[in-house]
Amino acid sequence: MIGARSIPNRVIPGFGLTLGITLVYLSVVVLIPLAALFLKAAGMTWAQWVATFTDWRVIASLKLSFGGSAIAAALNAVFGLLVAWVLVRYDFPGRKLVDAMVDLPFALPTAVAGIALTALYAPNGWIGELLEPLGIKVAFTPVGVVVAMVFIGLPFVVRTVEPVLADLDSEVEEAAASLGAGRLQTFRRVILPALGPALLTGFALAFARAVGEYGSIIFIAGNMPGVSEIAPLMIITKLEQYDYLGATAIAVVMLVASFALLLLINALQKWRHARLRGAS
Amino acid sequence: MVRANVTEARWARWLLTGLALAFLTLFLAMPLLAVLTQALTKGFDRYFAALSEPLTISAIQLTLLVAAIAVPLNVVFGLCASWAITKFDFPGKSLLITLIDIPFSVSPVISGLVYVLLFGLQGLLGEWMTEQGFRIIFAVPGIVLATMFVTFPFVARELIPLMEEQGRDEEEAALTLGAGGFRTFLLVTLPNVRWGLLYGVLLCNARAMGEFGAVSVVSGHIRGLTNTMPLHVEILYNEYDIVGAFAVASLLALLALVTLGAKSLLEWRYRDEIAANHRV
Repeated sequence: MIGARSIPNRVIPGFGLTLGITLVYLSVVVLIPLAALFLKAAGMTWAQWVATFTDWRVIASLKLSFGGSAIAAALNAVFGLLVAWVLVRYDFPGRKLVDAMVDLPFALPTAVAGIALTALYAPNGWIGELLEPLGIKVAFTPVGVVVAMVFIGLPFVVRTVEPVLADLDSEVEEAAASLGAGRLQTFRRVILPALGPALLTGFALAFARAVGEYGSIIFIAGNMPGVSEIAPLMIITKLEQYDYLGATAIAVVMLVASFALLLLINALQKWRHARLRGAS
Repeated sequence: MVRANVTEARWARWLLTGLALAFLTLFLAMPLLAVLTQALTKGFDRYFAALSEPLTISAIQLTLLVAAIAVPLNVVFGLCASWAITKFDFPGKSLLITLIDIPFSVSPVISGLVYVLLFGLQGLLGEWMTEQGFRIIFAVPGIVLATMFVTFPFVARELIPLMEEQGRDEEEAALTLGAGGFRTFLLVTLPNVRWGLLYGVLLCNARAMGEFGAVSVVSGHIRGLTNTMPLHVEILYNEYDIVGAFAVASLLALLALVTLGAKSLLEWRYRDEIAANHRV
């Protein structure tokens, strides 16, 4: 690194050209459109903000999007850790195939996931049929929203925890065992704290994804106003009613929340890398 | 004796593996299976008839067209951005990397909304656009723009860490030996990053063809004109054409499986030649 830096930049050509293209493309596709959103929001009066965020449907949709995402991300933290653990530590036939399949929610178009989950959990679907006699309704309720959010967030936790788990030094576990710790105790007091930052990062990533998710949720949600209507759908509803200001206001709040999350995730990652470097 | 204690008892291993596999079956395998069975409930004849509907074919064509524009543009951008960022030192570099990542933390619905606010009839540039006779919103250009926004970071974020790791020595050697800048890029840099580039293109393409939320906001859902495959799935589903909806969905699911397969193959065979920190 130090050697590379001491060579003047001039040796390699194309700085102006490539940085120029990068900045123009970034501005046209991402920055200017995002600025348009904030510009629109800046032109809103205080009364318009209040009107949007005192609307019971808007409040309910934000509660569902953020609350549902928190529940889904927590479920993903538990099951994602379990999946990562089994994939890293145990060997079983088809392990590589299962490992590859974990990325399915990244690759499967959200609309496809949405109608597939609805077909499964509808009262006449394979799973809905089994739950119906028990009085459990999933499709077209907030529970269905959480199911879709779990689907969409699953790979984030698995993929953040997996490499950390694989790099975990077995000597520490051996030390714990030789000092008389049981397996469960070793897990709780040695392994889990070491996985903590990765698990938290995975949770935050899954949460952020679920908050903004649209395609996989709207089919299974049933979209009942105030009950199973998510915030991204509220934005679309406002747009369809030509309430551009209302749509903008909700979008700005969600965008600020996701940028805050992005900062948090970056901070978490820095913390993780600092810990890794400290440990080695 | 001590070693025996760094893994779990046999029954615990079985239990954990079983639980993990049950969870993955429920959330990954069953939705995929549901797509296939729903598409084929009325037999292969109905399945293929559904796929050869003129409106379905025009949706497939539009999806291919959009990907054929958005993906190459993002490849050019990704190559330029990673060249500028990894071959040169300049102030604001880490800010630029953060800005490139922004689209991943923006809800798809908001990614579409920003273009409506910019180019829509009531948008900032809407009036001017109409006078010029341009139509972006509720037309193909809007769909391409929204797709470019959501797939924006894929190629760049694969290439940046990879090219950072490879350093500048080889390029500098080629240049001092008299090769031109573009020749150096073509014969030295590009071969070095080819698998990483392919990896980024795969993920970018899968998202471009499967995007739903962002495209849904700007499309206007005009059949035969602004309807992509994922949007067509929604329309057919809402019209209770279950076979038709799942038939189109099955093509998208196949795309996802092919993407996953190719991606896993790249990860297994060229592990060291694609960026190490995937997705996180």
